[in-house]
Amino acid sequence: MTSSSDPQRLDRADARLRRRYRAERLFQASGVAAIAFAVGTLFLLLGTVVYQGTGAFVESVAVLPVALDAGALDPDGDRSPESLARGNYASPVREALRARFPEASGRREKRALAGLLSVGAEYDLRDFVLAHPEAIGTTVERPLLLSDDADLYVRGDVDVDVDESDRKVSDAQVAWLDALVARGQVERRFNRRLFTSGDSREPELAGLQGAIRGSFLTLLVTLLLSFPIGVAAALYLEEFAPRNRLTDFVEVNINNLAAVPSIVFGLLGLAVLLNFLGLPRSAPLVGGIVLALMTLPTVIIAGRAALSAVPPSIREAALGVGASHVQAVLHHVLPQALPGILTGTIIGMARALGETAPLLMIGMIAFIVDLPTSPTDPATVLPVQIYLWSDAPERAFQARMGAAIIVLLGFLVVMNGAAVALRRRFESRY
Amino acid sequence: MKTKMQTDGLDVFYGEKQALFGVDLQIGANEVTALIGPSGCGKSTYLRCLNRMNDVVPGCRVSGRVTLDGEDVYDPRLDVVKLRARVGMVFQKPNPFPKSIYENVAYGPRIHGITHDRDELDALVRDSLRRAGLLEEVEDRLNEPGTSLSGGQQQRLCIARAIAVSPEVILMDEPCSALDPIATARVEELIDELRAQFTIVIVTHSMQQAARVSQRTAFFHLGRIVEEGETTKIFTNPDQERTQDYITGRFG
Ligand SMILES: Nc1ncnc2c1ncn2[C@@H]1O[C@H](COP(=O)(O)OP(=O)(O)OP(=O)(O)O)[C@@H](O)[C@H]1O
Ligand SMILES: [Mg+2]
Repeated sequence: MTSSSDPQRLDRADARLRRRYRAERLFQASGVAAIAFAVGTLFLLLGTVVYQGTGAFVESVAVLPVALDAGALDPDGDRSPESLARGNYASPVREALRARFPEASGRREKRALAGLLSVGAEYDLRDFVLAHPEAIGTTVERPLLLSDDADLYVRGDVDVDVDESDRKVSDAQVAWLDALVARGQVERRFNRRLFTSGDSREPELAGLQGAIRGSFLTLLVTLLLSFPIGVAAALYLEEFAPRNRLTDFVEVNINNLAAVPSIVFGLLGLAVLLNFLGLPRSAPLVGGIVLALMTLPTVIIAGRAALSAVPPSIREAALGVGASHVQAVLHHVLPQALPGILTGTIIGMARALGETAPLLMIGMIAFIVDLPTSPTDPATVLPVQIYLWSDAPERAFQARMGAAIIVLLGFLVVMNGAAVALRRRFESRY
Repeated sequence: MKTKMQTDGLDVFYGEKQALFGVDLQIGANEVTALIGPSGCGKSTYLRCLNRMNDVVPGCRVSGRVTLDGEDVYDPRLDVVKLRARVGMVFQKPNPFPKSIYENVAYGPRIHGITHDRDELDALVRDSLRRAGLLEEVEDRLNEPGTSLSGGQQQRLCIARAIAVSPEVILMDEPCSALDPIATARVEELIDELRAQFTIVIVTHSMQQAARVSQRTAFFHLGRIVEEGETTKIFTNPDQERTQDYITGRFG
């Protein structure tokens, strides 16, 4: 009671309290500042990628009447798919352009005119004719895919003020494209090819399907190897292994392995899997094994952490009613630890999805047009595809690269979302 | 007194440290034996020797003789899983499995193959819950998680779980330490009823509880038994001065 009636003491206590509040506010403010900085950087990064990549989700086509001449398209004249597949689709496409711009004359001008369109225009036309053989002999309005440079011009990415020799689109081409646009004959539409076709030397034809499949097959191999092996190793080390020098040694080495640079695993794959065991180069099988080796320590460490986080009282309860050690672990400890193990695994898989360096070592950097269908087919993966496109000379590949990054980030977000959802689900059970 | 369990010259070591020194004790069948003594004197250690729960403690070493119905509990040929089915345990902190109330009770019978079909198991679960005095409270929520019960209910669930495998002996390590007086009273009542069928060993820090529920009491101090005998005698007229001091709260 004496203390509260002593005004001097009260004052001092007051001052101390104020100082404390100030310190706490400062502490919180610095936390908020740190988060703001992190979020800001993230948005900057995402912003750049999205700005660069969104263009690739749209492609440009010139919609022109195309005369489907029976003589060129159906050499055998029987409308059979075999015959139609051998048809000459380049000339109808070329003729369609010439009919639109009859003023183009001379070899150079004609070449420039043909350069407006991509070879993809022929492929599309062939697909159309194969699907509609009855259209042969008529004239139909077809969308013809523009070449990458024409596409860049149409979307306003070509600076026409620079000297003609310094740009990919000539003055004549600019005039033709302007004429097409003015007549509303250029359409922009969603670029489905980006998701359905494999890599290509032509930017406007290059797609991510090959890389997506490659990533999927690789991660499948990684998951099938690292999850069961990792969980088994974690279970044994955490629950059953005797405490001795050997287990300590194993434990230290697992922790060290988690810190080994990923390219070393690539070298291991090259030396052992390719050169010694003779597994195929560039194959998701080998990539998956290499990434599984890389992911294993993560899974084991996360698994052990999750297992040891299960309260010992659960274990004792099970032993107390006469469960054996193995039963106690399998019936009670493992189910409790599963959300943590799954989260660790998915985080490991997400890291594997973004991994490039070790895959370069085992040849997954090759230019591969065919879509892989099995883990032994040559393939590439999303991050490597990004790397390949970032290195390509054509400007249009820059946008493709941005789009590939967006797709990769999308997969990562989905995987992390799956980790959160899985955890919620298992945790909310009880 | 018919002896159910007995220890002779029981020594227990945790690594280098000795926790029990030559403990001799007889545990009478269909009696409640209370273990009392100051914290750290080795009551839990003793209790855990009776169903070999110490086996899983790293560095724990046991020597001496522990018998159940004259059989050596530490005989290497003895199946520890069978032993624990005969000597059940209720822990200090209620520790239901993170599963449904039903599953909590059904787990033991299931792994021991005690019942043969679903109906039998249902009946056993309900019977165990009823004997643990919990059935009325949980009858219509058997599929809810055991962890959603109150602390006292959880402890009775753990008792139901223990009696569901029909053990012969139930070990209870401070079963009421986390409970309020009303829940404690219920558990004590329950212990008194269970005595008819089971042999019970209970560790408690409450002198009143020991006096209320037990027929025999053993007083531990620094890893040794100072005195043991009939509860009424220990609490009214102990032979040892230390016992007198402890039960009257002069040390401990
Ligand atoms: N796992 C262990 N490792 C090492 N020493 C232990 C272990 N468990 C118990 N001890 C030691 O053994 C002695 C007896 O412990 P015990 O748990 O049996 O005491 P207790 O009588 O149950 O005490 P309390 O009333 O506080 O529960 C203590 O000195 C304790 O430090
Ligand atoms: Mg204790």
